[in-house]
Order: sequence, then structure tokens, then C-alpha cells
Amino acid sequence: MPQDNKQDIKAIIFQLNDEEFAISVQQVSGIERMQHITRVPQTASFVKGVINLRGVVTPIIDLRKRFGLDAAEFTDSTRMIIVYMDEMEVGLIVDAAYDVIDIPEEAVEPAPEVVGAVDVDYIEGVAKLEDRLLILLNLNNVLTDEEVRALKTVEG
Amino acid sequence: METNEYLEVFIDESKEHIQSLNDHLLELEKNPSDLTMVNEIFRSAHTLKGMSATMGYQDLADLTHKMENVLDAVRNQQLMVTTAILDVVFEAVDQLEEMVLDIASGGEGRKDVVRLVEQLNAIERGEALSEDGSNTAAPISESDQQSPSNLASTLDEFEMTVLRESNDQGYQNLELHITLREDCLLKAARVFMVFEILEQSGEVIKSAPTVQDLEEEKFEQSFTVLLVTKEKAEEIEKKVMKVSEIESVKVQKFSIEQRPSQSDTSADTTKATEEKGATAIAEAPVKQEKDTAKKAPVSNKTIRVNIDRLDALMNLFEELVIDRGRLEQIADSLKHIELQETVERMTRISGDLQNIILNMRMVPIDQVFNRFPRMVRQLAKDLGKQINLEIEGAETELDRTVIDEIGDPLVHLIRNALDHGIELPDVREQKGKPREGSLKLNAYHSGNHVFIEISDDGAGINREKVINKAVSNGVITNDQAENLTEKQVYQLIMESGFSTADKISDVSGRGVGLDVVKNTIESLGGNITIDSAFEKGSVFSIQLPLTLSIISVMLVEIKEEKYAVPLSSIIETAVIKKSNIMSAHNKKVIDFRGKVVPLIDLQDVFEVPGEKLDDEYCSVVIIRKGEKMAGLIVDTFIGQQEVVLKSLGNYLTDVFAISGATILGDGQVALIIDSNSLIV
Repeated sequence: MPQDNKQDIKAIIFQLNDEEFAISVQQVSGIERMQHITRVPQTASFVKGVINLRGVVTPIIDLRKRFGLDAAEFTDSTRMIIVYMDEMEVGLIVDAAYDVIDIPEEAVEPAPEVVGAVDVDYIEGVAKLEDRLLILLNLNNVLTDEEVRALKTVEG
Repeated sequence: METNEYLEVFIDESKEHIQSLNDHLLELEKNPSDLTMVNEIFRSAHTLKGMSATMGYQDLADLTHKMENVLDAVRNQQLMVTTAILDVVFEAVDQLEEMVLDIASGGEGRKDVVRLVEQLNAIERGEALSEDGSNTAAPISESDQQSPSNLASTLDEFEMTVLRESNDQGYQNLELHITLREDCLLKAARVFMVFEILEQSGEVIKSAPTVQDLEEEKFEQSFTVLLVTKEKAEEIEKKVMKVSEIESVKVQKFSIEQRPSQSDTSADTTKATEEKGATAIAEAPVKQEKDTAKKAPVSNKTIRVNIDRLDALMNLFEELVIDRGRLEQIADSLKHIELQETVERMTRISGDLQNIILNMRMVPIDQVFNRFPRMVRQLAKDLGKQINLEIEGAETELDRTVIDEIGDPLVHLIRNALDHGIELPDVREQKGKPREGSLKLNAYHSGNHVFIEISDDGAGINREKVINKAVSNGVITNDQAENLTEKQVYQLIMESGFSTADKISDVSGRGVGLDVVKNTIESLGGNITIDSAFEKGSVFSIQLPLTLSIISVMLVEIKEEKYAVPLSSIIETAVIKKSNIMSAHNKKVIDFRGKVVPLIDLQDVFEVPGEKLDDEYCSVVIIRKGEKMAGLIVDTFIGQQEVVLKSLGNYLTDVFAISGATILGDGQVALIIDSNSLIV
């Protein structure tokens, strides 16, 4: 990590549909291959279930469902990114996770006013990096129920 | 000075000393003439003062010092123990506790105690005026201040007593003259390390210069310490020399007789006792060596372990239990005799290990009970009631996790009993009861459970009042009210939003009702029942599991999914014919041993994907919650197993009918069914 530029955000890049997303490495505690997921009944639809992560029962969120994307078959490249924040440890299912890069702060722009039809506040910003466009996630809003409730009201 | 690594020890020990202060003060209040109690109190206060000064918590040290002065006056019989004095001392102890808690939570332990210090000063002064001159100890120590280098001359009466008595109890008094090397950089740090060592070996009675001065490096190269210890002088010397940058350590026996002017000026009685003390010293060395040889190993049989480490051990062991399960499965399927035997042996050993680890986590409930005498005293005072608290079974042991949770509910129940239960003295007299009400706390083991009972001989629960309130609050209807049994009526007071107090007092009515108590206890897997006789008193009885982390379950299968039902809530399992299922109010019920039991199809409740089995028979787990029963329809029974209870994490906090999860032998997660929430 270059010492001269402390503003860099080191981030894990993952793919969902054809879009690339970024989460700060500080919030990521590991990336796991798919394994058996135990369904937990009567929870939010995007809660896929729980797994045994080295002895710790860890909830898993299907990020496609969470973002309202179409479901897709799990493939060899499907991964669970284990994130840790506010004492919550949660796994996020993504299509693929493949890169760790430094994003200079000046490359980050606030999220566009409208993304699709729904105003989504789990997007922290967008980073333009040469020819790539990375969507920076605000994990807080991915995980908390605020957004869930908001989604529900949108769906009516 | 870098003291962080000592902070935990400091906090633990301070808490212990504060507890001991509270305990002994309560004892003292009962027997105001018991001077051994005062000595105990003084010793705790003195150690606390020393520790906090060493750690740099000045406010704490100052307040303790003031308190010590008052206690000293009591000890020297210049001051009679009165409730008024004890109130102030108790308050001081409270403040000390708050400071320690503040330090524990990362604060500085600072607090404005000016008023309290003034009160303490006033007590001390008021005293000095009335007993003017009759005390010999004070003037002597003052006059001796002229030669501060002589340790013996600065001893106060209490310290003298400790030194005198030490021999009788098999201790010896040592005077250590410690010189630091000239190039010593962190003098205060070295002093601190030396004191650490000395305090492990015995008790530091006095130092010259004072601890504060040493702390602030207000000394040259050497200092003198007076130590009461059971260890040999050479041992101590060796230990101290291990601290780096120490030039020399001179250890010599300390005799009170070294005090130069003492023998002439002091009263004859003091002289006599001192002479006795001196002979004791002469005899001491011989006796001493025998004692150390015998007693040393005994005194070191316990160690203080951080609870986090025990938790870590427990977690690792849980992993082992899971792997053990996996091995058992593999051995079973391979049918390899030697492997099976080895696994069996391993199962037995790990079973024993499990017991040991669980026992290690067991803590006497005294840790919770010990704060109640103090609390009851204060509450009784506030409420103008007279209450005698009896505690039984304080040695009963409970898992640490349960201990941590049970304190608040108990506090609540005790407050409740004092506030609503026990009547004012005058009222009690009119009813023909003794003016002093009695409150009993009783803990005991029974089977896999711990029972805690809180009983009082107060007014009891007024059935009519409870029913009226419940009806007016809409908790029950008038018709229902008539058919309720006594017990059911009492249970009503634990419904949410229920309070029988006519007026909200300072003690209760804090917005939390008994429903919170009930919820906490149920969340721990226990239950609470109330028994009461009007005008005679009430008994609140709590039942709790011994441990929360490992439970026996029945594993069942629904389609591809495995669920665990806690054995504690299962009555039995049964296979019933489909044709025996009846319908009542559109609900499936069966006749189970003459009782109509509703059936719950778990596949429906948990929305398990897959076709329904169309069998002639179906498997049912009969569960109960109190008097109520229900049958859970499952596909297959897998069997009984010990599992490690795990939470679903902070993200999934409130899942219907699921109380947690466990990891099975094959590494997969199975959910644990909360049968309480399935029975309405």
C-alpha cells in the first residue's frame, strides 16, 4: 500500500450481474466458497439462511435478491463475502469476487440521484477508474432493516 | 507509568475490597462493639488506598484516606459507631464503587466528593473535640513526626496493632531498605514493581517516603518499606532483586520496640501489650518456618482467570464436541472395530472434560446475592420499613452466563417485595405481626436446575385487586376472571403493563414491570411462579437451567431439513395413525392419553419446500409449555443428542419459533425449535 496517499480506499471488487461493486477491505473478514446453507424459515426473502463458518453460525444474504435482481444459478465462481460491522457478521452471496484494488479518493463521486426507479441508499458512491465503473456499497444500509422497510413501502 | 496490564487486577481486587467493606460494615452495624470487624474494614480500606495511589487514581485514594481516618477513630474508640456515621461511610463506599466502575469502563475514576469528604472530616473533628486528650496515640505520632526517616516512629495505632498481631497469626514483620541504582530511569516504575512483588508476598504496612511521594518520584535513591509476610527474609530479598535497576535490598526483622520514645510515654497497658508482642517476635522465627512449609502450597490453590479465556476454552471445546459427533458418525458407518473403540474412549474422555469445563465456569450465586444486604438496608431506610434479610444457599453454583443475567431480575423482585409486599412497621403491628418484616432469599440445586426463592411475610397478593386491575386493563374479561385459579391470578401480575401499586413510588414504578423479569427468566430457559397467601406473604420461585451452552435435544427431520427440539420441553414421541387425527374448530387434534392435544404441522409452520408425505402413520413429538401441550408433526425422528447452543448472530435476532442453532456432526447447521412460542 502506498504510504504517500493515505486517502486511498483498499477495496474488494465483486461482480453482480454485469456490474462491479466495491466494499472496503476493512469491513471484509473473508471470502468463502459456497457450501450448504441451512434455510431459516420466516425471515426476509433475501435471507438465504445460515452457514457454519468455522464454528460460528453466520447468516447469509442473497445480494441479488437484496438488490432486486433476477435470481441466478450458483456457479463455481459464486462466492460468499463475509462482512463484519456493528457486531454483525453476515455473508453476502455474489456472482464472483476477484480483485483487491486501491481506489483513490478523488475518483469517488456521490451516487447518481436516480439509480433505476428506486432511490437506493445502500450506494455510497461511484468510482471511475480508467475504463471501469465501481459501485461503492454502504454496508450499513445493506444490512439494516431501514432499507428493508423502505423497500416494502415501495413495493406497496 | 505503564499500568495497563495491572488495571484488570486492580479493578478485580478493588471490587473485592469494596464488597468486603460493604459486608463488614453491615456486620459492624449489627455489632457496633465488634472491633475485629473494624480491623477488617480498615484493612480493606487501607489496601484499597494503597492500590489506587499506586495506580495513580488520586480521588479514589483521597476518599479512602478520609474514610480510613474515620474508621481509625472508631477503632481507637474515640468514636461510637452510629447509624449516622455508617450512613456516611456507606455513601463513601458507594462513591468508591462508582469510581472503580468508572475506571473499569475506561474512565479516570474522578468524582466530586467534596461534600462527602467534608462530612467525613466533620465526623472525625467532632470526635476529636469531645475526647480531647484522652487518647495517647495521636500526640505520640505527632511528636515523632520530627524524625520521619525512622519508619517505626510514624506508625499509627492501627498499624501498630497489625504489627503486634501479625506474630500471633504466624506472620513476621520485615523492614526492607531498598536502594535503586543511580542510573535508574523510571524510578516510580521500579517502585511499582517492587510493591507488586511485596504485595504478592504479604502486606505493605508502611513506606518511607509515603506511597504518594514514591509515586511522584519525590525521593532520592532509596526507600524503606514495612512488610508483614509469611515468607522468609531471604526469599523476599531474592524476589525484589529480580527487578532490574535495583542496587541493593536490605531486609531485617522489624521490631516495634525500636520505637525510641514509645516505652516511656505510652500508657502502661500499651507497654504491656508491646512487651507481649516483642516476646512473640522472638519466638516467631522457629514457628514461622514450620508454618510456611505447611501452608504455602495451600494458599496458592486458586488462580484468577479472565472470563474471556474461559469462554474461548468453551468455544474450542464446542468445536471438539462437534467433531466428536462427526467421528461417531464416521465410525458407525465404517463399522471399524478399533476406530469405534477409540471414538468411544474419546467420547468418554471428552464427556469428562466437558464436565470439568462446565464446572470451571460455575460461580457461587453469592456473587449476585452479596450486594443485596446493602441494597435492602438502603431500601428499608428509604421506605421507612424494618426488614430482616436472610440468605440461604449462597454457595449454590450456577454457570457464569446465568449469573450475569439473573442479577437484575432478582433486584427487581426484591424491590417489589420490599415496596409492595412488606408493610410499614405500624401496619404490621396492627395486624399482629412483628414490626420487623422478614425477607428470605434461598437458592438450591435440584436435578438439572437451580431454584431461587424470594419469600416475604408481607401483605401477600390481593386477588380481588389483581382481578379488578386486569379487567380494567383489558388483560382478561369478567367471565374469565371468575374461573381463574389462584396461581393463574398471580401470574397476571407478570403480564405487561401491569402494576398493582396504587401510587408510583420512588422504588418501583420505574416503567419496568414484572413482565420484564418474566421475559428475562424465560429467555434464559427458566420460569417463574408465584405463590401467595393474603396477609401472610408471597413466594416468588425461579427455576433456571444450570448451564445455557450445552443442551440435550431430539433431532427431527422435515423433508431435507433437520431441526432440534429441546428435550426439556418434550413429553414423549409417538407414531399415530392418520385416521386417529380428529378435527376441532378446524384444527387438527389427537387424543393423547385422554387429553385433547392440538397438532402443529412443522412443514407448514416453517414453510419447508417439498411434497407432503402421504403416509398412513405420522410421527409426532409431544411438547409442553406449563400445563399446555401440543404435538409437532415431523417426517422422521433422528435421535437424541447433546448439542452446543449457538445464536443466530446479531443480524437474525427475532426469528419466529427458532431459539438458536447448532452445528451437527456433518458440519451443517440445524435450527433449534423454540417450542414455547409454538404453544399459544
